[in-house]
Amino acid sequence: MNLELTDEQSFLREAAREALSRVKTVAAAREALEDPAGLPDLWPTACEAGWAGLLVSEENGGAGLSAFDAMLVMTEAGRVLAGIELLGHLPASALLDAAGDERTGAVAEGDLRACFVAAQPPGDLDVHWTVEPPSGSVRVQAPVLAADGTVSGSVAWVPDAPGADVYVVVATSAADGAPVAVAVDAAKATVHSATRYDATRSLGHVSLAAAPGTVLAGIGAAELTRAWFLAQALLAAESLGAVETALSVSIAYAKERFTFGRAIGSYQAVKHSLVEVLRLRENTYALLLYAGWAYEDRPDEFALAASAARSSGGHALDYASRAMISVHGGIGATWEHDAPLFFRRAQLAQRLLGGVGGATDRVAGELLNAA
Amino acid sequence: MDLNDTPEQVQYRARVRAWLLEHKHEAPPEQGEDEAAHIQARRAWQGRLAAAGLAGVTWPVELGGQGLGPIEHVIVGQEIVRAGVPNILDVIGVGMLGPTIIAHGSDEQKSRYLGPMLHGDEVWCQLFSEPAAGSDLAAVQARAVLQDDGSWRLSGQKVWTTNAHFAAHGLLLARTDADVPKHKGLTMFIVPMDGEGITIRGLRQISGEAEFNEVFFDDVRLDADAVVGGVGNGWGTALTTLMFERLTIGLGSESLGYKAERYAAAIATDEHARMDPEVRRRLGELSVELLAVKFTGYRMLSALQQGQIPGPEAGLAKVTTVRAAIAGGDLVADVLGPDALDEQSEWAYMISFLPGLKSAGGTEEILRNTIGERVLGLPPEPRLDKGIPFSELRAKERAGVAAT
Repeated sequence: MNLELTDEQSFLREAAREALSRVKTVAAAREALEDPAGLPDLWPTACEAGWAGLLVSEENGGAGLSAFDAMLVMTEAGRVLAGIELLGHLPASALLDAAGDERTGAVAEGDLRACFVAAQPPGDLDVHWTVEPPSGSVRVQAPVLAADGTVSGSVAWVPDAPGADVYVVVATSAADGAPVAVAVDAAKATVHSATRYDATRSLGHVSLAAAPGTVLAGIGAAELTRAWFLAQALLAAESLGAVETALSVSIAYAKERFTFGRAIGSYQAVKHSLVEVLRLRENTYALLLYAGWAYEDRPDEFALAASAARSSGGHALDYASRAMISVHGGIGATWEHDAPLFFRRAQLAQRLLGGVGGATDRVAGELLNAA
Repeated sequence: MDLNDTPEQVQYRARVRAWLLEHKHEAPPEQGEDEAAHIQARRAWQGRLAAAGLAGVTWPVELGGQGLGPIEHVIVGQEIVRAGVPNILDVIGVGMLGPTIIAHGSDEQKSRYLGPMLHGDEVWCQLFSEPAAGSDLAAVQARAVLQDDGSWRLSGQKVWTTNAHFAAHGLLLARTDADVPKHKGLTMFIVPMDGEGITIRGLRQISGEAEFNEVFFDDVRLDADAVVGGVGNGWGTALTTLMFERLTIGLGSESLGYKAERYAAAIATDEHARMDPEVRRRLGELSVELLAVKFTGYRMLSALQQGQIPGPEAGLAKVTTVRAAIAGGDLVADVLGPDALDEQSEWAYMISFLPGLKSAGGTEEILRNTIGERVLGLPPEPRLDKGIPFSELRAKERAGVAAT
């Protein structure tokens, strides 16, 4: 057993940190709230670093790295609130690779940016593949693949949908209800940009009206379930990075800010709150290790592991971003400080891709089903 | 990153499993009706495990151990749980006190005490905590006074002492010099539990069971060679024990029995509850925490294997376990109703046990202080006891109480 990072993983992480440090991403996150067009395009950075092909096998032109390696990169992106379209791209690239799709090489290079139009797999209480509704709490059924090979349906709040070149859409077959993945070119899909609250998070509503596409060969329920939970784990990893920044910034302030003649970090109320952030951080990291291991070696446990990581990461970022505001006092609730940007990140991330609540429910469902 | 057994570990696990399969029918049950007979059977079973190399796995070979690493220790623990047989009786002795004697004891102490400890012939107890010294362990007041002939006279009280009523020996932290600051005037002793002047009383907990004891010492004589690690070095010696305590708890967390699957199984039988969104949310949240503890344990193990010593943040795993287990007991009681609180119910026992566990090994509040200061580097609480001789400190405390 060795859960330490390998030399290659440490290098990947350091390289990611270095590459992202060249852009003032946190400042950009604030400016983009007023001028979304000013958000830097980090896709070239991702391509140059090889992240676009991170999960594509070497024979198809990718780096052939592991899901945990992808989580390390996502953590670095989350640490500096970098808006890179990896949450949409990485699961889609893995599906295209597994199917041997002809676009895989270009996707691995990043010349084509892919976007995963995900559907949540059935659970112990729901037999349907469902997607986000445009509003409200009732999930809607995934798009449908007709007998003529076209796809129809709508999926709301799809991460990284605006501007993608190819959409990997989870649909169910009109014939037998079986889930399939359909690659649809951007020209055949209608995408409305739907960015909310966190300017760094690209979101779109995807509509497909008898859109022609390619059914990905050999991709069925198992692969699509894996892809959904991979997205859950990547989102958890991204949250972990934001938690780590929130914690270190809060600690630094708690050491230098004095009230009543003492550094505020010496007060138990402040100290215990920051230790709670650490506790949630440690839990999330441990669960990401579980998810990374299960993705490769324990496929039956991956849904449980990734859902647990997502639930933990979501709670951790919610708590950490609120603690960051509290520790900084009044200033933490203003645009003078970065804390609101982390709070905005937390608020929106919790509601994406089935939500943190949905992931928590899935943990219960997986355990109840196995009991 | 690799969580799987190496080929050597696969072989080791297979050997352990084979031995347990062959001998499991000789094992006593986990609990017994007649306590004395049960303890006797558990001691004998510990002897069998020790002879088979399944106790003291990490102890040096020359002291009767196997000289193996923490991974092998955990493999043995996992296989024992899997076989459904009890582990060794004297976890505190073999896991914490033996390693302290190995680190600090004299050659005579090692050859006299370690063998009988390992084989269950002599059970040990840990005599550290007192009614007024728990999280602040260095505040112990039990007093040992040096006599002209080199022996010591011990008076005072210890509490929370597991197994004291059938232990042969105890490892005891006492104050031997009250005129120096509190961490400096401490000495560690080996105490024969049948000594004259020792009174042991069961301490009933919320459940009504007495799993711990209070132990009273009234002018008990200790020989000069009872000192472990040198006079005045008691705090350093105690820190060794506390480090092994963290390891024993950390690496044994899976066998504490607070597993997500256990709570899920209790709820799965209720068709209505298993579909209730609120029940599922609560079950999901506590399960996330318990799964995190499981993999935090693997992280600790991996760090140990790389030669690193887990720091105080490992204590967060205990905080998480207790929090989640309390939430689990609460949830099961909500679903099952008052039947969960039947005195015979495993849930009643769990619900009763956890409030005390929250403070075991140091309260959660003080643990959070320690982690905040040592791990996060936050400024310390103002301390009023630094550099002050213990006797003066006590006088100040009494004056403080009198002034209120």
